[in-house]
Amino acid sequence: MSHLSYIVWILLLPLANFALLGLTGRKLLKGISGVIGTSVLLVVAALASMAVYQYFFVYGKLDGIYHLINVLQFEWLKFSPNVSIGMGVALDPISVMMLFIVSVVSLMVHVFSLGYMKGEERFGTYYAFLSLFTFSMLSLVISTNIFQIYIFWELVGISSYLLIGFYYDKPSAVAASKKAFIVTRFADLGFLVGILILSFGAGTLDIHTLIIRLTTVQSPQLLGMTTSSFLGISALTWGLTLVFIGGAGKSAMFPLHVWLPDAMEGPTPISALIHAATMVVAGVYLVARLFPLYSFDVSSLNIVAYVGAISALLPAIIACTQNDIKRVLAYSTISQIGYMMFGLGVSGYSGELGLGYMASMFHLFTHAFFKSLLFLCAGAIIHLVQSNDVKDMGGLRKLMPITHIAFLVGCLSIAGIPPFSGFFSKEEILSAAYQSNKLIYGVGVFTSMLTAFYMFRLYFRIFHSRAQNRELAHGEGSLSMKLPLVVLAVSATLAGFVPFSLFVTPDHAPIEAHVDLIFSIFPVVLSVAAILFAARLYRTQNARPAKIATSLGKIYRFAYRKFYFDEIYLFVSKKIIFNLIGRPAAWIDKHIVDGLMNLLAATTVKISVLIKGFQSGKLQNYAVYFFAGIIGLAALFVYFRQSP
Amino acid sequence: MNLSLLIFIPLLTAFVILLCRGEKQVRAAALAGGVAQMLAGFILLVAFWQERETGNTTQMLFQYNHQWFSPLQINYHVGVDGISVAMILLTSFVVLAGILVSWKLEKMSKEFFFLLIFLSIGAYGYFISLDLFTLFFFLEIAVIPKFLLIGIWGSGKKQYSAMKLALMLMGGSAMVFVGLLGLYFNTNAAGGLHSFDLTQIAQMHIPLRVQKLFFPFVFGGFGVFGALFPFHTWVPDGHSSAPTAASMFLAGISMKLGGYGCLRVATYLMPDAAHAYAPVIIVLATIAIIYGAFATMMQTDLKYINAYSSVSHCGFVLLGIAMLTQTSINGAVMQMVSHGLMTALFFAAIGMIYDRMHTRVAAQLGGLLKIMPFISTVFVLAGLCSLGLPGLSGFVAEATVFMGAWQNPDTLYRVATILSCASIVVTAVYILRAVGQAIMGPLKKTDQGNVGDASWNEKFAAVILLAGILAIGVAPFWLYKLISPAAEVVIQHVTNAVIKN
Repeated sequence: MSHLSYIVWILLLPLANFALLGLTGRKLLKGISGVIGTSVLLVVAALASMAVYQYFFVYGKLDGIYHLINVLQFEWLKFSPNVSIGMGVALDPISVMMLFIVSVVSLMVHVFSLGYMKGEERFGTYYAFLSLFTFSMLSLVISTNIFQIYIFWELVGISSYLLIGFYYDKPSAVAASKKAFIVTRFADLGFLVGILILSFGAGTLDIHTLIIRLTTVQSPQLLGMTTSSFLGISALTWGLTLVFIGGAGKSAMFPLHVWLPDAMEGPTPISALIHAATMVVAGVYLVARLFPLYSFDVSSLNIVAYVGAISALLPAIIACTQNDIKRVLAYSTISQIGYMMFGLGVSGYSGELGLGYMASMFHLFTHAFFKSLLFLCAGAIIHLVQSNDVKDMGGLRKLMPITHIAFLVGCLSIAGIPPFSGFFSKEEILSAAYQSNKLIYGVGVFTSMLTAFYMFRLYFRIFHSRAQNRELAHGEGSLSMKLPLVVLAVSATLAGFVPFSLFVTPDHAPIEAHVDLIFSIFPVVLSVAAILFAARLYRTQNARPAKIATSLGKIYRFAYRKFYFDEIYLFVSKKIIFNLIGRPAAWIDKHIVDGLMNLLAATTVKISVLIKGFQSGKLQNYAVYFFAGIIGLAALFVYFRQSP
Repeated sequence: MNLSLLIFIPLLTAFVILLCRGEKQVRAAALAGGVAQMLAGFILLVAFWQERETGNTTQMLFQYNHQWFSPLQINYHVGVDGISVAMILLTSFVVLAGILVSWKLEKMSKEFFFLLIFLSIGAYGYFISLDLFTLFFFLEIAVIPKFLLIGIWGSGKKQYSAMKLALMLMGGSAMVFVGLLGLYFNTNAAGGLHSFDLTQIAQMHIPLRVQKLFFPFVFGGFGVFGALFPFHTWVPDGHSSAPTAASMFLAGISMKLGGYGCLRVATYLMPDAAHAYAPVIIVLATIAIIYGAFATMMQTDLKYINAYSSVSHCGFVLLGIAMLTQTSINGAVMQMVSHGLMTALFFAAIGMIYDRMHTRVAAQLGGLLKIMPFISTVFVLAGLCSLGLPGLSGFVAEATVFMGAWQNPDTLYRVATILSCASIVVTAVYILRAVGQAIMGPLKKTDQGNVGDASWNEKFAAVILLAGILAIGVAPFWLYKLISPAAEVVIQHVTNAVIKN
């Protein structure tokens, strides 16, 4: 497809920028690295928008169905004649959508960072890392090969590691970056083994071929994967579930979510880009990418649905008790991704049944805007207040009017109040859940109410309540910090009106989906009630919240301590892995394995003591033996040479 | 191309170094020799490529055979296939980088460089030998200078380590030698002459009984070099006590001598036995991988961390070989090259840090990124390569080993593969711990205020090794193309033997 070959530049430009700023950003180009990075992203976002237009309206549709366009494909590493890692650029509705989301949000974050990170010592390095992330994430979403996904999956992971630990002299940031990488690495182990299982069964790593082979009834590969089983579970289910574990790790699903709240140690624009809008939804994207397989294998799809539902509910409960603005947003991110996951989990494959899938992708789309908006607002607030703690904020609406409106838009959107974008996508997820699983629907509605409550708890405490005693001189920062807020606020308001079902469906055929007003009255009313409740508790400073907290007693404490997940992880890693596996391994190696070697040596010495007469320890004697040996050998050689 | 050049160049360099006066001349000679070696390596690569392009599919190219000692049929027989070319290139990278990082060495620099270059003669000779006796001869050349390098220029408990290393490697050599003699005396089934010639022996059928008897000697002996559990204990002490360049050579090349021997001699010449013993080796290799990784996690000294991690990483080499699929053997060779470059880079970075901070204990360092950004970046990159980050060579090698290993549907093989995969998590733990303690965090040793970043020679060394790591990590297809036909020959051999039984 030569018309679309420019898409390669969407990937190459950030990569080139990473190389440039990585080499020169520390000194030479430090001052202008932000401008360079932002201009590159501007071009990338423009190209991505063009790609959206050309794919959806010009080239993509064939006989009413969006088809897969392989813009580029080459063999990167061959394993065997049939199996190889191919690198390529594949366009289909979700990959084009992701290209757009990633490049636009990344552009906003680039612009915002111009102001936010100004004066930072490693300013150039920051932009280099940002480019590395953007490149990796964009390459991830257009992957043609499941191993290509894994490769860029790891690369976004390392970008995330580097950026969480950007303030590297802060021990908490170092610990958080380590935790994020290791927890997701652990999940990636599942992904890797899942890939091994799937590729062995299907005889290919190419996603398209893989899906065809494993969803064609009576294909030998599918037969092989459904008949061979381990512990009574078929190889296909094992493979898909393990791949999902990888996705769950990246998307911070329970119980692998522990890294995300800590990841807030990174600079706030990074939280907006990586830990809200793009990288953390990679898990959802992975399931969506392989959705034909999941919808074929009901047991693994059910796991997706229930993990999603749990991950929607529990963080919402935790978020109601937290005081760190970024952590509240982080928990809300987990919860919203939980929605996307169970949206996929309750979805069918073809026609109207694909509503859940469509809604999930829609929510991914709208969430990217309103959540990055909320995070950037949080960044602006933190920039002003110099603290993450909500207790240090309060009454800020006069000081930062633009941020105030933008944040309010974000809150209304995430709370699902019409006509803001979150309303449309969330309603469709709920309606898909209602049709297939009432329990998950119940969880979804309840969580939606909680969401409205904790977001407005945050909103009222920051912008209303009592102004804090400090004199805050400067307002909202430079234009570069205000502009992205405005752009994203407008997007978050309007994104809901995109007729998504015409573009993104599991079988790539447009469907008619409309919001059922009667159906959505109930959740919206609940959300409004929750907002009013939050207003009553937090609009002015009063003793009611504390009273409620004490009356809830243990339950409140339990949620406040985040259900003790961190403690459990700490126990397992420190007490079990370090003390019960690592330490003994090191001890055994030093004392037993090596001890045996030393024993062998000691025994040899003992024996040699018995027969040491021959060895005097005098160098001269050795020299004599040595030369005698040489002469002897020489004599032998001469003898043999003459004999035949 | 005349392969003997690869031996002649370092020999000449070593000789010139002996004639030099003063440090400057010695350094210049060593550097010139190192560059010449690398050029020779690249010329070999190009020449090899051209031959293959023109359709020359002979297994071993550029052969040269000269009778050395006729009564015992010992020949100086050399030749290369893709695997040897890869190993030769690796050697030239590591040797040149080793010379560069030792640039400022003051203590007896002439002797030091002489021994270092001398070691490379052994390595090159070993990788081009097609005669088992010659091969063994060069293997020994690559052992003895290490004893001196560690004993004289080492640090810590260097006498103990030097002795331990030399004795264990000698023990390994002795086992290899027994095995080789065993092979030799069974090469005249038809009643003709005995042979040490690798290509000839490969055409013969060594009786299964003999193979089963001598395979453990050869594989085990080479396994000592390649850190086969439980013969790996020389690795941590030896690497840690050695001076930087010697550590680089030890982990970068010496351990590969073992892997190469296991593949070229043990597996290739005794395919039936390789097949029969594969489960045993797989169990040992898996233990080395996972247990080595856990043992690394508990280390505090940066050199010990890298040394133990070498045990774990070299486990992948042996695992790949023992899995006996073409993909896994490709992976094993890639892992040898990748680990060679990566570990050399790691030791180089650790050496640079030690020179400036006078400690290698990770917890006593901290915040190095602030005072030595270049060295810290190199350290982090080496670490990321070690934990298998895509884009760097480690990922390519490990992914290939995993994919190859998974092709065996046996439960034992599957369990071994999954356990080995699990090591990537443990690797991430110890690498990020080390990075977090030493490179990041607040600056601990503030008294070392202005130690300075890397000097030109150190930068040059790091860039050479990084270039190799990136060349494999970003564009692995060329390495695949280079080694895959050679791996296919080995695997064909094994498959034929298995089918015949």
